[in-house]
Amino acid sequence: MNTAQTLVDKIWARHVIRDLSDGRSLLRIDRQLIHDGSSRQAFDGLRRLGIGFRNRDQNLAMVDHIISTLPGRTGESHPPGRERIHALRDNARQFDLAFFDVDSDRQGIVHVVAPELGFALPGTTIVCGDSHTATNGALGALAWGIGTTEVMHVMATQSLLLRKPQRMRISFEGVLQPGVFAKDLVLHFIGRHGVAAGKGFAVEYAGPVVRALGMEARMTICNMSIEFGARMGLMAVDDTTLDYVRGRPWAPTGEMLQQAEADWRGLVSDADAVFDREYHIDCSAIHPQVTWGNTPQDIIGIDQTLPGLPDDPGQREAMQRSLSYMGLAPGQRLEGLLIDTAFIGSCTNSRLSDLQAAAEVVRGRKVAPGVTALVVPGSMAVKAAAEGLGLDRVFTEAGFEWRNAGCSMCVASNGDMVRPGKRSISTTNRNFQDRQGPGSRTHLASPAMVAAAAVSGHITDVRRLPAV
Amino acid sequence: MQSFTVLTGIAAPMAQDNIDTDAITPMAAGRSTSVDLGAMLFNNARYHADGSEKAEFILNIPPFRQSRILVAGENFGCGSSRERAVWSLMAFGISCVIAPSFADIFNDNAFQNGLLPVVLGKAECAALAAWLAQVPDPVVTVDLQRCVVESGFGPPMRFEVSAERRAALLEGLDEIDVLLRMQPDNDIFEAQDRLNHPWIYQPIPA
Repeated sequence: MNTAQTLVDKIWARHVIRDLSDGRSLLRIDRQLIHDGSSRQAFDGLRRLGIGFRNRDQNLAMVDHIISTLPGRTGESHPPGRERIHALRDNARQFDLAFFDVDSDRQGIVHVVAPELGFALPGTTIVCGDSHTATNGALGALAWGIGTTEVMHVMATQSLLLRKPQRMRISFEGVLQPGVFAKDLVLHFIGRHGVAAGKGFAVEYAGPVVRALGMEARMTICNMSIEFGARMGLMAVDDTTLDYVRGRPWAPTGEMLQQAEADWRGLVSDADAVFDREYHIDCSAIHPQVTWGNTPQDIIGIDQTLPGLPDDPGQREAMQRSLSYMGLAPGQRLEGLLIDTAFIGSCTNSRLSDLQAAAEVVRGRKVAPGVTALVVPGSMAVKAAAEGLGLDRVFTEAGFEWRNAGCSMCVASNGDMVRPGKRSISTTNRNFQDRQGPGSRTHLASPAMVAAAAVSGHITDVRRLPAV
Repeated sequence: MQSFTVLTGIAAPMAQDNIDTDAITPMAAGRSTSVDLGAMLFNNARYHADGSEKAEFILNIPPFRQSRILVAGENFGCGSSRERAVWSLMAFGISCVIAPSFADIFNDNAFQNGLLPVVLGKAECAALAAWLAQVPDPVVTVDLQRCVVESGFGPPMRFEVSAERRAALLEGLDEIDVLLRMQPDNDIFEAQDRLNHPWIYQPIPA
């Protein structure tokens, strides 16, 4: 009998409190991230039950979804968000939670803050009322998004009932070409295999290309797992992981760190472990990716043209609906398409290395006339680090707005929106209809590609920008 | 939560694939506690910018204004984890969605609230939706006790649902009660895990 285990099996096994006869398991939850967008009814539920947090120190709250990113912002800056921000602040106080308010230098998007703080750790289970929680899986953690009722379950019991997912492995092989980034890899996969390919699976990303990526780029890949239907996406622990965690403000230190690292080194899939599904992706052939439609699978390389209309009537109608919404035609190129807005930010692409990749393109260039361009760092710590490197000046001198941390124009519920009918190129994760504001037309791409479009005034291949 | 046994009502055909939770409940439309979640269901597809109804949208067309069931395409509820998508459907009066497949988080949220996600074949869903769009009386019965969908469209269509989910829905049981009963097991687990993985239990610095 093959007793080899995948990474998912290993992390799962060490969190099972008990297996139920119905096939579900009661699973221990090590970390919960709580934010202003999905927590209020959970706190209300807790009050109705008359109970508190089971493990207060395993929960961390902050404002991110609805908070203004404008310079000099307060909790009052975006009036429609006030009620929820006040509610989270009051709830955090009432339940004595660790809470990063709008004026905290640790505030930011939950999935950016948790790893950079050392709150998210290898080998842990991490949940949040947010579908992009798998971002934290890059650390070698089992991390997934839940609804508000389950948020309340974790507050009260630090545990959840669930069925073990199936295991998928995606191996990224070959050599990454210049101008191609982690974002392009995961978008390419979704384009090829579709938005439901990961349903029911926990996905381990592997292969030499992943091993060579830094932690932040790894987070970008794990972040997009839900965009092909996988709740959980994760990566094996290696030296890159350990180097990243060591020295984080809340990470273990001293002897406890040594003990932890000895444990974390084992967080890899066994060599002969069997996955329920496996994919191999040759990265050598991947070009910078840009979406054209209203699901992340509607994607082409910048060197390609849009597909023709499919024969299947249902698919044909869906494509026509997307093309009409996006103002595009079958067979068209995206290169040269005029843009109105360029957005760099979100839990997908707002970390220091993302801003560095964008700044490298922007340096010495100007935002094209008529284009609104924003950089929203993922956390106040990222913002401070970027300012320490002078990146803020690179962006502002080029004509970008330099904002405070938050989800901003990814979810468009804090006042940062794309105007109706306007075209946006964005480092975010969803190109759904109306996602960046009613009538917004969103093209997803990497930070470098968004920066290239911002300075060109149109979608363009970052590898072919004229020299400064 | 609300129990679900047998539901007979108007069923609206919305046969597209990948209806996402942003479409079901747009973020901008639902910040406040005072908002009417049923009124904001499918907000952007349902209303013009000035708040007037889009006449062609299915839920604005009689008899579908009184819909209790939706018949949708693949991957219903994909995208954001927002549970408000389920709350909005239920506040409108819809407590069952029939589709070839559901996104995992939406599926869990639905069961936590007493909304039944029914999985039928792709062809069955498409045919049922096409029939609903044509008949004067687009009524469907969803019976969770017998696990069948019945309508004037044709013979009963059987569906499967896991035993524990079915039992919870039939009786309207909240999962939190099950979890709270199991906490003695969690206590034992935690005591051992604090020894095995002490770094997980470090207090948050003040």
